[in-house]
Amino acid sequence: MSATDLSIFENERDLTAQPGDERDTLVLSMGPQHPSTHGVLRVMLRLDGETVVTADPEIGFLHTGIEKQAENLFWQQAVTVVDRADYLAPLSNSLCYVLAAEKLLGIQNIPPRAQVLRVMFAELTRIASHLVQLGTHAMDLGAQSIFMYAFEMRERILEIMEFVTGARMHQSWFRIGGLAIDVPKGFLDKMDDFIGRFPERLSDIRAILEKNIIIMDRLIGVGKMTAHEAVEWGMTGPILRASGVAYDVRKAFPYSGYETYDFDICTRTSGDSYARFVVRLDEMYEAWRIIKQAREKFPDGPVTIDDRKILPPPKTEIQHSMEALIHHFKLVSSGFNVPEGHIYQAVESPRGELGMYVTSAGGNKPWRVRWRPPSFYNLQALRKLAPGNLVADVVAIIGSLDPVFGEVDR
Amino acid sequence: MEMSPQQPFITTKLDEFTKWAQTSAIWPMTMGLACCAIEMMSIVSPRYDTSRFGAEVFRSSPRQSDLMIVSGRVANKMAPILRQLYDQMPDPKWVISMGACASSGGIFDNYAVLPGVDSILPVDVYVPGCPPSPDALIYALMQLRREIAAGGKANVLARG
Repeated sequence: MSATDLSIFENERDLTAQPGDERDTLVLSMGPQHPSTHGVLRVMLRLDGETVVTADPEIGFLHTGIEKQAENLFWQQAVTVVDRADYLAPLSNSLCYVLAAEKLLGIQNIPPRAQVLRVMFAELTRIASHLVQLGTHAMDLGAQSIFMYAFEMRERILEIMEFVTGARMHQSWFRIGGLAIDVPKGFLDKMDDFIGRFPERLSDIRAILEKNIIIMDRLIGVGKMTAHEAVEWGMTGPILRASGVAYDVRKAFPYSGYETYDFDICTRTSGDSYARFVVRLDEMYEAWRIIKQAREKFPDGPVTIDDRKILPPPKTEIQHSMEALIHHFKLVSSGFNVPEGHIYQAVESPRGELGMYVTSAGGNKPWRVRWRPPSFYNLQALRKLAPGNLVADVVAIIGSLDPVFGEVDR
Repeated sequence: MEMSPQQPFITTKLDEFTKWAQTSAIWPMTMGLACCAIEMMSIVSPRYDTSRFGAEVFRSSPRQSDLMIVSGRVANKMAPILRQLYDQMPDPKWVISMGACASSGGIFDNYAVLPGVDSILPVDVYVPGCPPSPDALIYALMQLRREIAAGGKANVLARG
């Protein structure tokens, strides 16, 4: 079916049908250009009056071929394309890919400084991502000012990102074997400033939204999902936790030293849109706690492993040593080979369990990078959650599922 | 534009008046495609605040907007929809191609991504970057204002 094919609308409304009849329904195409679908989602809604009978998401409007593209790049280069899948949390993507590649290579001695910085930035990303979700979700429900608050807070995080990595959004800072560069001077001051200010700003937003009568009216009881259903539908992340299942990859299968941090898994039991909204607010606070602990333990030392076959030598060395120059040339021109094998690596992205099944055929490029994008699995719940609700609630439900289409469509 | 010292009115040419109106109230369409859409949203946030230039009113309907910001990679499946949306916008209308992907396909040189949105739409301003910072997008908006003021496609009155 082409995008402009309107034949699906034909014979949809049977004028002889009586009210309450199954035939007395109307098909409404919502999207792919719609302000509340958070990207390029099309939902085919079948309506009985204003009540949704069925909702079928149509995806693929942002299919980018990222998985295929990653197969045609060297192992280290593929970090750039995996970054661009879930564009609200680029560092979560690259962390997952980098961890998978490191496991295949058998690298276990990532320096502590790099580990701490990875955790710190993954959590900063989580806050930034939840802030965008919060701002846009609140805007869908009619609270324009929250968008302003949330984006201003996000700007503070992006400022740190830009200061450290040179890029606001697609940092590509995590590399196989460590980090691309060390943090610049003055980084800790910026972090201290952020850590000091953030809780107050977060509680501002909480104070406006959490007991807001409009938000409560629009979200409580809308799009309910029980714990059993959430597990059956393959939900992860805030959606699963809002249904009362305390599953978090960071606790269940710790990576990058998450087991050494003290944080809680935020759960709610009601499983509705409001619970998801509150879980995300709580998670931002927990992420802040992790960042604070990472700041306290911030160790000295290198940020990359000392392996010339994986990472190029420092620039100063290249200028003096022929051997270093050869290493650099080899890495740039043909990358490095990764032993044959396959591995599944999962990380807790802001949207849930982001998994990558990476296969190596022994060459200098990945043979296959298969994703388990959390948004893709979470979005399918729309079919279950939307029916029975009003059209306006569909907007609230999509917002609370927080799909990112770069990731859904890849 | 001339202001009469005694009389409470301004004399101007209709053409100049139209250009003044068009440059000072560019209404972009709410159409986010990919990563750049997040930076496009940032331009209305307090730090960048495009309401200084009268361009903060993002309209959700193509019928009410003058400017299409193609914010992100255009997948082949999205291309006909993009064209349809452009055709639905009333004249005069402008297009900003935001970011490397919209301008040329960017790093995605593969089967799925349109290699540059200018193969289906007449682009006025290209913004480089992956994604461009909000400052870059505001600069593009300023360039567009200059283009409109200098004639450009704003001469729709003359065109008929």
